[in-house]
Amino acid sequence: MTTRRNLLTHSAAAIGAASTGLFLPELARAQSDKVRVGFMLPYTGTFAQLGVSIEKGFLMALNEQGGKLGGKEVEFFKVDDESNPAKGVENANLLVQRDKVDVLVGTVHSGVQMGIHKVARESGVLSLIPNAGVQVATRAQCAPNVYRTSFSNSQPTLALGKAMMDRGHKKAVWITWNYSAGAEALEGFEAGYTAAGGTIVEKLAVPFPSVEFQALLTQIAAIKPDAVACFFAGGGAAKFLRDFHAAGLSKTIQLYGSGFLTEGVLEAAGPAAEGVMTTMHYSDSLDTPRNKKFRLDYVKAFKSQPDVYSVQGYDAGQLLIIGANAVKGDLSNKSALYAAMNGVTIDSPRGKWTMSAAHNPIQDMYLRQVVKGENKVIGVAGKAVADPATGCRMS
Amino acid sequence: MDFANFLIQLLNSLQYGLLLFMLAAGLTLIFGIMGVVNLAHGTFYMLGAYLAWFLTAQFDNLLIAIVVGAVLAIAFGWALEWLLIRHFYKRDHLDQVLLTFGLIYIFQEARSILWGDDVHSVAVPAMFNGAIQLTDNLSYPVYRLVVSAVCAGLAMGLYLLISKTRLGMKIRAGAFNREMTESLGINIRFIHAIVFALGVGLAAVAGMVAAPISSVYPGMGSSVLIMCFVVVVIGGIGSVRGALVAALMVGLVDTFCKVLLPEIAGMAVYMLMAAVLLFKPEGLFKS
Repeated sequence: MTTRRNLLTHSAAAIGAASTGLFLPELARAQSDKVRVGFMLPYTGTFAQLGVSIEKGFLMALNEQGGKLGGKEVEFFKVDDESNPAKGVENANLLVQRDKVDVLVGTVHSGVQMGIHKVARESGVLSLIPNAGVQVATRAQCAPNVYRTSFSNSQPTLALGKAMMDRGHKKAVWITWNYSAGAEALEGFEAGYTAAGGTIVEKLAVPFPSVEFQALLTQIAAIKPDAVACFFAGGGAAKFLRDFHAAGLSKTIQLYGSGFLTEGVLEAAGPAAEGVMTTMHYSDSLDTPRNKKFRLDYVKAFKSQPDVYSVQGYDAGQLLIIGANAVKGDLSNKSALYAAMNGVTIDSPRGKWTMSAAHNPIQDMYLRQVVKGENKVIGVAGKAVADPATGCRMS
Repeated sequence: MDFANFLIQLLNSLQYGLLLFMLAAGLTLIFGIMGVVNLAHGTFYMLGAYLAWFLTAQFDNLLIAIVVGAVLAIAFGWALEWLLIRHFYKRDHLDQVLLTFGLIYIFQEARSILWGDDVHSVAVPAMFNGAIQLTDNLSYPVYRLVVSAVCAGLAMGLYLLISKTRLGMKIRAGAFNREMTESLGINIRFIHAIVFALGVGLAAVAGMVAAPISSVYPGMGSSVLIMCFVVVVIGGIGSVRGALVAALMVGLVDTFCKVLLPEIAGMAVYMLMAAVLLFKPEGLFKS
């Protein structure tokens, strides 16, 4: 259904562009009483569910404000990015140049994000990242107009090391897909684990997106580490959990991971996921009044359960509301807009977090364990965890 | 790596190779005998896995689900051949690529509408639920061995069908010289419909049999498709025997490179393909 709606937006915009032709400047001025918000999210493909969750979360934040931004009506534009990095720049340009959006919300896939990032840096349009954890966006290529409300790829695993050492797991094997997000997750894990006194005895990698783990599980069994730490997500995560369990390894070796290992796959992984420990900035079962209210309202509004992606979308909405209110909906007043959003503290369902100088959340990382098919929060694994923001200079 | 570990890794290679063979067999048949480049092959694998998940929920029994699913898949393949594929035999390969590429999108979206985008799992049948203890901390699930046995059985069956039966003779004749076979009074259209339906059935059965160990998710088809093509190209297009040898080779190279040379594990299989093509441009077994 989302796809159909998306198609309608597309054709409506295309007809609009075709019929106005030379009079485009007038049109833009005539509509300047509305804030133009562009969603560039995956509405089809493997990440479709994530895109839909982000959009719902974002809309919920706006609807809590009567659906307005700084007192102005909001107009939405949508592009399905298909999680296709090859079309990242092109799709971002559709929103920025054709639809003339004031703010671009997107996306999930880190490769596509780099396309958006290039367009955002060149055009100066406000860019809110509701998921993609690609580190360079808030490090060497950080920009005044780019804000992230999710995490950087190394952030969740940064908190893992101490939790593992607290449980006496001093020797660990690391395993992930051989691609950039995996390497960035390893960077966080290595920093946190070695700082806590642990030793990584072996780093294993599976070519992305292969899900043939058997050879490496055999190797893990031969190494006999205290624990295995990993980064996998989606269908591959479900398969890894099942294979790890089926190989009998879960009996003697504790499995840890970045929280994405156990997000959205618990039903599929079944008993294989029981006992697995992960660190992340949110958990569905987080027992706070703020989270409970959020989840209740979300279910009422959308008739579906929110997930971590909904929360990240919701926080992107909250951030934009703060910025837009400060400039009364005139997003072209950039210095005032950024001033209002910089260093802001967001009251999120995940707990309060603060926007860092590099525009990435400084947030608590929870230690969670899968108990009876749910990510149960055991405690806080890392307080106010910040991305190192290496090489970021705001111009 | 000690000897016990070496043996276990050999077992891993064999098991992966046999699974690859079952997938690639359908592709090489359709490709070699009908000359159709079927990019949607991986999608049939994915649909098979979803079918296993859906039907297991209905019948509460994986075995019945696989039998029913196989019948459905073959009927589906038959209908698809009749509706679309048969009009493309005489067309350019590029047209066929375009058609089957389009089918990928259509089936993906249909799957999304019918069954959603969630990751699912299929329970291992109770009688195969055990595991064999291999070392002090590593065990081998019985179901994996069952999958290997099923794959080996299918390989045997296919070999007998192609080389020992009358139908197999007609299939080979049709692949060798289409016009001559037709002029001898053999209904080549019928043969083609059978081969295509069989190919779709094989891919779907592979998906169904693999579902309990692989879990069921939207992108699972596209990742196996490329491996299938590698196997088909190494083995020689259209050769079922070649596909078997190539699949086992790919299984070996992939498994041992992951363990011994992880830096090049992603490329190793393709380097094998390049090496084979260098010396045998038409693959190991010319059909």
